[in-house]
Amino acid sequence: MSEQKRTVSIHVPVLARVEGEGALDLRIDDGAITQLRLRIFEPPRFFEKFLEGRHYTEIPDMVARICGICPVAYQVTAAQALEQLFGVELDPWARAMRRVFYCGEWIQSHSLHIHLLAAPDFFDCSSAIELAKIAPDEVRRGLRIQALGNELMELFGARSVHPVGVRIGGFHGAPPLARIREIREKLRAALPEAEALIRWAASIHVSQDDQAFVSVAMRHPVDYAIERGLIGVSDGLRIEADAFDAHFAEQHQAHSTALFSSYHGEPYLVGPLARLNLNHDRLPEQVKALLAETGLVLPSRNLFHSLVARAVEILLALHEALCLLDAYRVPDSPWVPVSPRAGIATGCTEAPRGLLWHRYEMDDDGRVVNARIVPPTSQNQARIEEDLRLSLLNFGLDRPDDALRLHCEKVIRNYDPCISCATHFLRMNVERG
Amino acid sequence: MNSAINNSIRPRVAVHKFSSCDGCQLALLNLGEDLLALAERVDLVHFAEAGPLDPDTDVDVAFVEGSVSTPEDIERIQHIRQHSRLLIPIGACATAGGIQALRNGADGAQWVAQIYSHPEAISSLAQSTPIASHVKVDFELWGCPVSGPQMLAVVNALLLGVAPRDNADKVCTECKRQGHACVMVSRGIACMGPVTRAGCGALCPGLGRDCYGCYGPAENANTDALAAQFASLGLAPRDIVQRFQSINSQAPVFLAAADKIRLRGDE
Repeated sequence: MSEQKRTVSIHVPVLARVEGEGALDLRIDDGAITQLRLRIFEPPRFFEKFLEGRHYTEIPDMVARICGICPVAYQVTAAQALEQLFGVELDPWARAMRRVFYCGEWIQSHSLHIHLLAAPDFFDCSSAIELAKIAPDEVRRGLRIQALGNELMELFGARSVHPVGVRIGGFHGAPPLARIREIREKLRAALPEAEALIRWAASIHVSQDDQAFVSVAMRHPVDYAIERGLIGVSDGLRIEADAFDAHFAEQHQAHSTALFSSYHGEPYLVGPLARLNLNHDRLPEQVKALLAETGLVLPSRNLFHSLVARAVEILLALHEALCLLDAYRVPDSPWVPVSPRAGIATGCTEAPRGLLWHRYEMDDDGRVVNARIVPPTSQNQARIEEDLRLSLLNFGLDRPDDALRLHCEKVIRNYDPCISCATHFLRMNVERG
Repeated sequence: MNSAINNSIRPRVAVHKFSSCDGCQLALLNLGEDLLALAERVDLVHFAEAGPLDPDTDVDVAFVEGSVSTPEDIERIQHIRQHSRLLIPIGACATAGGIQALRNGADGAQWVAQIYSHPEAISSLAQSTPIASHVKVDFELWGCPVSGPQMLAVVNALLLGVAPRDNADKVCTECKRQGHACVMVSRGIACMGPVTRAGCGALCPGLGRDCYGCYGPAENANTDALAAQFASLGLAPRDIVQRFQSINSQAPVFLAAADKIRLRGDE
């Protein structure tokens, strides 16, 4: 039987080293892909439904539970959407500290992904525990950076998983100067570690791939956009959060409990590589210089560069947090008073895995009438399937089954899919009889 | 419980996930250096998020995150029970059904139809339920999320062959030990601390805000007295119900407290 006639059926029932439950089905008949599906079967949790009727003061604590790895993204996005609707002007202190808080989550999530989820693939290891035996210093450095990210989150949220510090109008409390001084020293000490991490990530041999895709990320006039900015697209579109629905659509397909998103009918990319593609000109000079040293050419059309992109964003986040904390002062009050009003609140931020968009309809008492949340992984879902197809063709369908499977898993992990997030928010098409 | 596990060899440990946010698994993944040390002391044979995959193997201890929310989940937890000497649910989803149990009592089928254009493809039970509703459990760790120190304490106890300690006291006790001013007495904030299980370290009152009950009910929780206190602080019955109906809505003590207020409202 020639390779061309080979029928391959690869079924990966549980994807390891991703957050949440997903699987992959691949079928190749006569040298052509006849079926390729990323199946997301994490059961739906119906967040959008049970948020209805809840008071705005509860929302940050409730939406955090969508994702244990990026709760800050959910809390901050919800808070900002509601603050805008309620006409709340945050104290500059609170605005700056929201960014620091968010940087902590980027550092934690990216370092966890690089070291515990993605890197083992490139060293023929099945886990970071195995990887630590052959690259002990690199893994330990990664775990230290991850711990520092957690510490930044704890500074404002008391704990890093489901932190309790965010309130509509600011934060519940402000850390004392002594703790800030302590963490500033740690951040300073971590900068060379993050620089070494970028060099290491860039030295890892990855597949060469070249695909055309649309990148979507927030864009800010000055900052590398994290918690504020317009929604930007690589074709030049710039829109406010409330215009999202005019350009982006979501659709349910039967093999997934997450919805598929499209931009003008096409798949698109969100996340670290999309951000770097759009915003590399906003990086601080030191980060730019190091990026140039790695030889990474931007915009990149190879998703395997996501690993380096995460490393670059770790350095950026450390740098940002340090700059903002260098100017730290204890505020008169960590929050401003809030009066609810009825209307539609929309907001978006850059979660570690990409654009996160929220919309709440609120009543006069400050209770949720309905809610809609579009997480990054469901936006990437169509792109992941498209990438798998193209990437497999480039890789060669005649390779052994194990090699095909590992390649597919590597491609999927480039997106750091958070399946828990993706299935917790599902678009509502309400038809009432 | 029979907590003696064979510690002459490394005990075999599995971490399973059901419907959840993955946050309790982070109690392990965020351990840093201690995670590498833990992997020396126990054999992590199944932990999908960390890499090892062997869901069907026999283990000494199975930690289970998440709630049971699909027909397949019921079969899977029974299978895990059969293959585990000790089974320990971790976190609010596994011990009380989690925040997603707020759907219990609502019309789940209608919700699916409102959200998905292919509702027939969605497998979901009407109720999100804790692990103990389906199989015998040997110990439970409450919390949303559980913490690294909580997890390590359980592992250490098992390695030493003693029963893990179960702190079912109230958040108030932790608050007092840490010297925080009571937010309810001093500022009139409706705090769940008097009925909520300790374990978090009184984080919320430490920030000057209300406890919202994420560790579930404490032992001997006087929910009647707390509901009366909330009413005297000016909370409407609906708001008092929502205080008890949040992260741990299906924990029997919180559910009963909410039902009692609802019933009174209907009279």
